[in-house]
Amino acid sequence: MFDDFFIRALIAGLGIALVTGPLGCFVVWRRLSYFGDTLSHSALLGVTIAYSFEINIALSVFLISSVVALILIQLQKKTNLPGDALLGLLAHSSLAVGLVVIGFLTFIRFDIMGLLFGDILAVTTDDLLIIWTGGALILLVLKLIWKPLFASTVNYELAEAEGLNPDRAKAIFTVLMAAVIAISIKMVGLLLITGMLIIPAAMARNLSDSPQKMVLFSIIGGLLSVLLGLFSSLEFNTSSGPSIIMAALVLFILSLLNIKQSIKLKN
Amino acid sequence: MSSENSTLVKLNNAGFKQNDKWLVEGVSLNVEKGKIVTLIGPNGSGKSTTAKIALGIYKNIEGSVEKYTNKVGYVPQKISIDWTLPLRVHDFMLLTENIKDEAIDEALKLTGVIHLKNKNLGNLSGGEFQRVLIARAISKKPELLVLDEPVQGVDYTGEIALYELIKRISDTLNCGILLISHDLHTVMTATDHVVCLNGHVCCSGTPMDVAKNNEYKTLFGEQASQILSVYEHKHDHVHSDKGEIKKN
Repeated sequence: MFDDFFIRALIAGLGIALVTGPLGCFVVWRRLSYFGDTLSHSALLGVTIAYSFEINIALSVFLISSVVALILIQLQKKTNLPGDALLGLLAHSSLAVGLVVIGFLTFIRFDIMGLLFGDILAVTTDDLLIIWTGGALILLVLKLIWKPLFASTVNYELAEAEGLNPDRAKAIFTVLMAAVIAISIKMVGLLLITGMLIIPAAMARNLSDSPQKMVLFSIIGGLLSVLLGLFSSLEFNTSSGPSIIMAALVLFILSLLNIKQSIKLKN
Repeated sequence: MSSENSTLVKLNNAGFKQNDKWLVEGVSLNVEKGKIVTLIGPNGSGKSTTAKIALGIYKNIEGSVEKYTNKVGYVPQKISIDWTLPLRVHDFMLLTENIKDEAIDEALKLTGVIHLKNKNLGNLSGGEFQRVLIARAISKKPELLVLDEPVQGVDYTGEIALYELIKRISDTLNCGILLISHDLHTVMTATDHVVCLNGHVCCSGTPMDVAKNNEYKTLFGEQASQILSVYEHKHDHVHSDKGEIKKN
């Protein structure tokens, strides 16, 4: 069954959507969209390192993204620069380093488009294993830190005062972000991973009145986006990443109708 | 002083500095089980800072804090909640601890907001939200309650009822309360120990002691001192207009 590339892509995509759903909610709640972008830009460097030393791409991307996240946290503590400037600094410099390193790797043929926008042909059976075990692990850890992470998202001082250790939860969440980027890079592409995190969550926000509902709708939205996106990618021969994100966008637009309705009901 | 094991939190000469400016310094106080300690003082005198030191929110402090409990309920003075979060009152009650539904209902009933249980937090009025904050803090049956101006924005009759509730909670749960309040009448009637702050501890003691203190009178005016003041006593330092302390 896994012989068919499309089935593999489908299973991979659904696995990714299960993880990006809940994580994406936290990205929206904690205003981390640009943080996600920075990590995914640095993923290019991770990919080039993976090719240079012939190690697993997901592992290499995970390590590099984690390092960049740690550098960011240190810079936030030690400098007076605003957060968005630091994010831009790290995003573009790691992207630049990645591109320069690619220039040196003349002996390897790169599919840059595939790297940036995802390629459903590239998903191997090994990738499926990484996505599903990695994804399960990410969800498990997220469940374990849910209480402190959510409480500190609502209000840091309440969480700290009532003994929940929000700083540790934040650090662990940062690592989870790096991990989700690592497992979804092949499928969605590094330019569009943040979209996969944000758009289904944004759609879910329009439909929900409680955090649990938002997580649930975000997962469902992600799964639908993957299904719609991959089938249209097969049908119209488009890149997988943009097709999935476009499907998510369509769902988001549909969810706006719900807002209009609830405003009408109020009046 | 009662025995050590009834102490919930103890500040030893504690202070906190931000951007080279002391927000508060040299505070020693002791919150015990079943006792209400109240911090009073003008704006910017370091009341909230002292509460945050006691709670462990500020980490790099001078002096030391000894905390003997992890069951803490906190009502902060300012709370900014991001409305990108869909959050109902019910979800908010479960924020830091999984509490049984009966306990949630009971707390919301006590503060008079049970009818708001399924409302979105963003749609509450200031006073309603304040009642929810108090309900959340007491519903977990804490050993230590830290209440930073808990009745701000609450209507007058509600204010009295809530202060009575706080007093009752301190008695029934036998928890210690660190209270910050501007309502001097409440402070003087319901409190066991008063600490008067103005960047440092101006005076402290029983409400009676503090009311007699000259510095307290300078800070709060004659009217306030009339509540209990009987006679005056000498104080050992005065404040220059820059707020520095000069020994007499």
